[in-house]
Amino acid sequence: MLRFLIRRTAQGVIVLWLITMFVFALFYVVPSNVARTLAGRQASAQTVALIQHRLGLDLPLWRQYLGFVGRALHGDLGFDYYHQVPVTTVIATALPITLSLVLGAAVLWLGIGVFNGVLSAIRPRSFVDRALTVFSLFFYSMPSFLLGLLLLYFFYFQLTLAGITLFPAGGYVPLSQGVGPWLDHMILPWFTLALVSAAIYTRLTRGSMLDVLGEDYIRTARSKGIAESRVIARHGLRSALTPVVTQFGIDLGALLGGAVVTETVFSLPGLGKAGIDALNQQNQPVIIGIVLLASAAIVVANIAVDFVYAVLDPRVRLH
Amino acid sequence: MSVDPSGLAEAVEAVDYTGVVPDAEADKAIEGRGPWLLAWQRLRRDRVAMISLVIIVLIVLMAIFAPLATWITGHPPNEQYRQIGLTPDGLPKGPTSQFWLGTDDLGRDIFVRIAYGARVSLLVGVVATGIAVAIGVVVGLAAGFFGGIVDTVLARLVDVILCVPFLLVAIALVSITGPGLSITILVIGFFSWASVARIVRGQVLSLREREFVEAARSLGASDRRIMFVDILPNVLAPVIVYSTLLIPVVIVVEATLSYLGLGLPPPTADWGGMISDGQAYYTTSWWFLIFPGAALLITTLAFNLFGDGVRDAFDPRSDQLLK
Repeated sequence: MLRFLIRRTAQGVIVLWLITMFVFALFYVVPSNVARTLAGRQASAQTVALIQHRLGLDLPLWRQYLGFVGRALHGDLGFDYYHQVPVTTVIATALPITLSLVLGAAVLWLGIGVFNGVLSAIRPRSFVDRALTVFSLFFYSMPSFLLGLLLLYFFYFQLTLAGITLFPAGGYVPLSQGVGPWLDHMILPWFTLALVSAAIYTRLTRGSMLDVLGEDYIRTARSKGIAESRVIARHGLRSALTPVVTQFGIDLGALLGGAVVTETVFSLPGLGKAGIDALNQQNQPVIIGIVLLASAAIVVANIAVDFVYAVLDPRVRLH
Repeated sequence: MSVDPSGLAEAVEAVDYTGVVPDAEADKAIEGRGPWLLAWQRLRRDRVAMISLVIIVLIVLMAIFAPLATWITGHPPNEQYRQIGLTPDGLPKGPTSQFWLGTDDLGRDIFVRIAYGARVSLLVGVVATGIAVAIGVVVGLAAGFFGGIVDTVLARLVDVILCVPFLLVAIALVSITGPGLSITILVIGFFSWASVARIVRGQVLSLREREFVEAARSLGASDRRIMFVDILPNVLAPVIVYSTLLIPVVIVVEATLSYLGLGLPPPTADWGGMISDGQAYYTTSWWFLIFPGAALLITTLAFNLFGDGVRDAFDPRSDQLLK
């Protein structure tokens, strides 16, 4: 077990290292105008060259890369010249918001998705099943920004017009300022993120449950006279949830890279929005920091998922 | 968001494709319907899939004959009608007999722009998917078939690509090179092939040990022959299913990139871009947001429904397995 974990972590580290090279190549091979931006428009060529030298931008590429990795390993992800703060500060400010969004939505989509999936599976082809399938397909096909905008249109605009001010148009209120306002600002973004994923999880759970419910050991359990609800909950759901858990881990990792679109639609200053702003400002240190963090999140999530899978299914460890 | 949407690869792989394409000799010996024909017949019986196919064809026709929309209404897609197209306050006008679906913030005809926008979405959808599938199949075949060092290197490469946060890096790439049609297609295609490669590799690995491959080898067939004549046809079925289900994903990704301002540069009509422009006006001019949104939704829905139908058609169990 331990050997498997070590092996898997080693692979993850290699992948992460390759990603740093990929990200570095992406950003440093392109002529950077950090120096020029800092120097200002009136600066002479000498000033720009001086700044370039100070920033180490005139060093050979491989030395820049080593310096970059070395600093990153010490927790220094660079300096945000635009806002004059370390990149780690930018990330630390934005991370709680993204976490609020993603974790809240995750609870929602997991709950809704699995519940609907199980409902569908235990009564296949019934009206409930068909209705849920339509619902799933509808939200699965919906781009998240469109869903966000539609939710804003109906639940913010139309409701406010009707005199019911339930939801704000966007923005974020930290928990420290009260649970009520925080919830108020998060509900629409949560549902935007959650409904699309819930549709996917409904399909996933349904398929998985249907497969499991056709297995022989379920028939055995039923023929033993065990109550149907227990059969489903204890015997069926346990096995059926494995692919769901796997997928959940991967999705969570990917989304921690910034639910870019949702944050943009609802003006939530999370990692995704910070990334986009940084891109518009040509703020490379911040972009690199966020992309690295996002990649690391995905790699860690993949390892965690493999680990959970290995715990659940011993055959995986021998692979 | 990733270009392998949650569960898509797993959903495709969950179906048992073996036996879809047995070798031709046995086929002729038993005078029966071939598996491709069987799949097609199952598809034809699926009413929802057929209706979706009709809708897809209609959208394709709309894209091809977009100039017809201009000819009928008399409004080119990028022509700004500031006098007749905007209200006295400078706001977009609603649906009228002159502008069937209303105008946008620059007085352009939304109906015509939706028709031209279909071109962009479909073009990117099909071409990017094509690129992704072409590369993915080759890489997957090579990795699965040759094994060893080739497999290790390629599998690592696939892992790295799948671990990169797609949207952020796509945004970064496009911001460096500037928006455009080719870069959009290339970026999406570049990130999508990894999932295809993974599926193909998995299929090849499981097929490699099957008896008919062993039989071909004992008959002296070369590696290349086995790869292309025995394994590839059996790999095609999940690839076809995945491709059909990948197109709507690519369309949504392209719309998302446009929405974030990284798709095609203005004034090109593009559904994502129109929605992005429309969101500033949804309080006054709902049609500016709703109509392009509906077009996008209907297109993706149709492709998804059709893709589901294709997947069920290839699954021999689907007649007993409740849909």
